Amino acid sequence: MLYEYLFQPFIEFGFMRRALVASLALAVGGSSIGVFLILRRMSLMGDALAHALLPGAALGFLLGGLSLPAMSLGGFLAGVATALVSGAIARFSNLREDASFAAAYLTALALGVLIVSLRGSAVDLMNILFGAILAVDDAALYLVVSTATLTLVGLAAIYRPLVVECFNPGFLAAMGVRGSLYHYLFLALAVLNMVAGFQALGTLMALGIVLLPAVAASFWAREVWSMTLIAGPMAFASAAVGLLVSFHGGLPSGPVIVLFASLFFVGSLLLGSRSSVRTRLSRPVHLRG
Amino acid sequence: MSAALRLVDLTVSYDRHPAVHHVSAEIPAAEMTAIVGPNGAGKSTLLKALLGLAPHIEGRIECSAKRIAYLPQQAEIDRSFPISVFDTVLLGRWSRFGGFAAAGRADIHDAQHAIESVGLSGFERRPIDTLSVGQFQRVLFARLLLQDADLVLLDEPFAAIDSKTVADLMVVIRRWQAEKRTVVAVLHDLDQVRRDFPNSLLLARELVAAGPTPGVLSAENLLRARAMAEAWDEHADACEAPMRLSA
Repeated sequence: MLYEYLFQPFIEFGFMRRALVASLALAVGGSSIGVFLILRRMSLMGDALAHALLPGAALGFLLGGLSLPAMSLGGFLAGVATALVSGAIARFSNLREDASFAAAYLTALALGVLIVSLRGSAVDLMNILFGAILAVDDAALYLVVSTATLTLVGLAAIYRPLVVECFNPGFLAAMGVRGSLYHYLFLALAVLNMVAGFQALGTLMALGIVLLPAVAASFWAREVWSMTLIAGPMAFASAAVGLLVSFHGGLPSGPVIVLFASLFFVGSLLLGSRSSVRTRLSRPVHLRG
Repeated sequence: MSAALRLVDLTVSYDRHPAVHHVSAEIPAAEMTAIVGPNGAGKSTLLKALLGLAPHIEGRIECSAKRIAYLPQQAEIDRSFPISVFDTVLLGRWSRFGGFAAAGRADIHDAQHAIESVGLSGFERRPIDTLSVGQFQRVLFARLLLQDADLVLLDEPFAAIDSKTVADLMVVIRRWQAEKRTVVAVLHDLDQVRRDFPNSLLLARELVAAGPTPGVLSAENLLRARAMAEAWDEHADACEAPMRLSA
């Protein structure tokens, strides 16, 4: 019975297996990106970036139909362009970076929805906005898996400069290192992960599996590397459980996966070992005995 | 007495507003020099310029130091970042291992030693967000120790720090001086400057005075620095740019 519930779907259906592998890859790569996004206080900018893929993907859709390479390439270019333009606007004007990201992504979202509606149906729009992890084909799988590989190798390579750039950028500058280089490398990896997540979860949901496990992990871990080690399994667990529940319950997979990730967040918020509700409410040590 | 640093007609500006204005001065090598002056006098900006981090510089900085270590104000560091005391200190050896290579056994040994000498033994694995302001300043001093620099720049090293910690950190600073390193510190406590720093540089965007501390911190000079600070609000930029956009 339990066997049927937990394993049968994956044994019987190829699309469930592909979805599982895709979510494993997304979980591992995306959650480590998420850890750095929250450490750089860029959660909202991550959100903006994810939205900003839309017009690019939509343009790809307009030119190539529902083709993965066209939409992915379009999305990636749009994401990188948004990151560069909002960064530049923030630097050259006195507009705060979050405000310039918000302005860029609202423009992008409106433009994207408009472009899709030029040619596509409401179904296409839903697909692009919310993804379809059960429709992941081999091409999409390759994209997601190579993204995860590139992300892990890339983050490992730039780990130290990136960490120092997050917590003490002045020190890095004094050492003669250009922190902005690592900032932009990281942004490129982030955009790549949104593009990979976009096919599976859609532009609006892709960030869920990136950010929520990372936020949850911050209630447990004391260092950056342990945070990523905790966030990855949480992301994968929410994806695997979410897939099963959506399969058995006939529910849309993207939102269910993201909701399970939020369960991890709420659970960690309540029970985590660092500045969680539990540690705040427990009696201070010096009053015991 | 040779100079570790020579400033020649140095002007540092942000957005056309000079923060340091036509300053010429010498900072003696292997001695302790304090930079004092009212808020907004350009003290931190001067340190940034010495590090090569200021946006726009006119004039010249001649620096004989090979390696410079810098203590930033604590506000420049994200103290909630999940990183351990040990890793923070070990970063002081960046010039040895850079962004990618592994730290050597000697570096790890020295980091341990630096943590002990600022009185933080046992704190190695503690995340920095559990430290008090004073403890965190000790961490940053340990990192400076590891940098093994011949010029040490300290930006308000004792702001919001209790007297016990100040005394402990002054021991570290005096040891640097004994090792023939040049120490330049931005300070606000004039009594401390008179007590501990033989040389001073009094800044109020422009140089008010520089040299042996008793002469620099005379009542007359301090009064002049304050008067200059009060004048800033009335006319903000001193040098008229050759061309200006009319409103």
